Amino acid sequence: MSAQRLRFAVMVVATMLALTPGSALSLSVPDTLPLNSQGKLYESFQFDHARHIKLTRECSGCHHHTAGTLVEDPNCIRCHRNSGENKVVRCRGCHLADPFSAASLREKNSNPNMYHLDKPGLKGAMHQNCIGCHKKVAKAPIGCTECHKRKKAGDAFYSAGNFAPRGKPGKDEH
Amino acid sequence: MKRRDFLKVCLAGGATATMGGLCGKAWGSSSFEGYPDGMGVLVDTTRCIGCRSCEAACNKEQKMPVPEVPFDNTSVFDETRRTDENALTVVNRYPSKESGPVYRKQQCNHCNEPACLTSCFVNAYTKTKEGAVIYNSKVCVGCRNCMIACPFNMPGYSYSSAFNPVVKKCIFCYDTRLKYGKPPACVDICPQEALTFGHRKDLLKLAHERIRETPDRYYDHVYGEKEVGGTSWLYISNISPDQLGMDNTLGNEPIISNVKDFLGTVPMVLTIWPALFTGIHLLATRNKDHHDDHANHSGQEDDQP
Repeated sequence: MSAQRLRFAVMVVATMLALTPGSALSLSVPDTLPLNSQGKLYESFQFDHARHIKLTRECSGCHHHTAGTLVEDPNCIRCHRNSGENKVVRCRGCHLADPFSAASLREKNSNPNMYHLDKPGLKGAMHQNCIGCHKKVAKAPIGCTECHKRKKAGDAFYSAGNFAPRGKPGKDEH
Repeated sequence: MKRRDFLKVCLAGGATATMGGLCGKAWGSSSFEGYPDGMGVLVDTTRCIGCRSCEAACNKEQKMPVPEVPFDNTSVFDETRRTDENALTVVNRYPSKESGPVYRKQQCNHCNEPACLTSCFVNAYTKTKEGAVIYNSKVCVGCRNCMIACPFNMPGYSYSSAFNPVVKKCIFCYDTRLKYGKPPACVDICPQEALTFGHRKDLLKLAHERIRETPDRYYDHVYGEKEVGGTSWLYISNISPDQLGMDNTLGNEPIISNVKDFLGTVPMVLTIWPALFTGIHLLATRNKDHHDDHANHSGQEDDQP
């Protein structure tokens, strides 16, 4: 094989490897993930990661820029044109659990060059991401208890279930 | 009295009145843009899914009684509700042809120049430097002037209490959270982060930035930025405010502007006018014989020669 052909072959293989999603390259991508393990009102539940990979086929659909092909959103591209995948892929790597505490607000205000001031907290990011896509897809759960069941504390909080006011059962419960 | 003297007195009185006017502090009220560290909340109705967790959180935080209907019940959206003594915040559903139903949370907007505070003659309301408009229920006499004054009709009244009824409204969770720099219970619980907590000045920038980055998603107006002098709770949505039950005829003047001109002159009038008119009266009657004033003359003149 001539040098030129060899170089071409190497480039083809390298491009194929670069474009292959992580799961095909057998990076450690979990099949299921426990979510809401810190939940006080709702139970934790197993998120079917493998199923979502099969359904979406594109990591950046959920993980925006931390994994998969670069997103095409013009608001992102204008700065992140050459950004690659992130080292930290999981949501909580960037999205804070407590985005409105005094400490978080102080940190946000301390850096005048920080662009992403509108970054949602972890709870908001997960719900917006999941429900946002589920609303467009048929048969996807969008009700609160369709994804995570309520704990007893949750029932008390919402005055629902066993804590519902007597004689007035709720209609159209989630 | 000579005409010249009368004119001199009026000129002097007029000059004093103008001096009193210039010293009036009330004239500065329509330029108050909130305390510099005032907090606020940005309500993004494009994110709200109508789960009513905020109502549940408020109910628990403010120790309200168990509601008539559970908080996960969505049939309540069939009618438009208002805040009352047991529901300091409610979420209502509004139809929209463009996007399907839109949910909007409503509660006291914690105005920069609150109308309730303006109307309260026992000074039960306070605008704190954190931005919350709180009230002292012990001082409240239950006159309900604030309910009439509020342009958003937010204060509720405990009609159910016969002997100690008071006005009740959202207090921004001041006693339990805001005082310590924490966000209110509704913001904390919202799963979709439809409520964003921060300094009012930053939230205005954030709201305009959201509209700028995704103009197809939003109607270009931040409700509460200027309405009635500005409010701490701001709203952005995909449809115009009037389609969400928000009054867009309020104008940007705070409610106090309707009364401050009249009320601002009261102290001056009560001091100057008595002095002025006494002076005029004395000048007018200085050459008259005052001896016969206030005396009962019936029958006495017959005795004079």
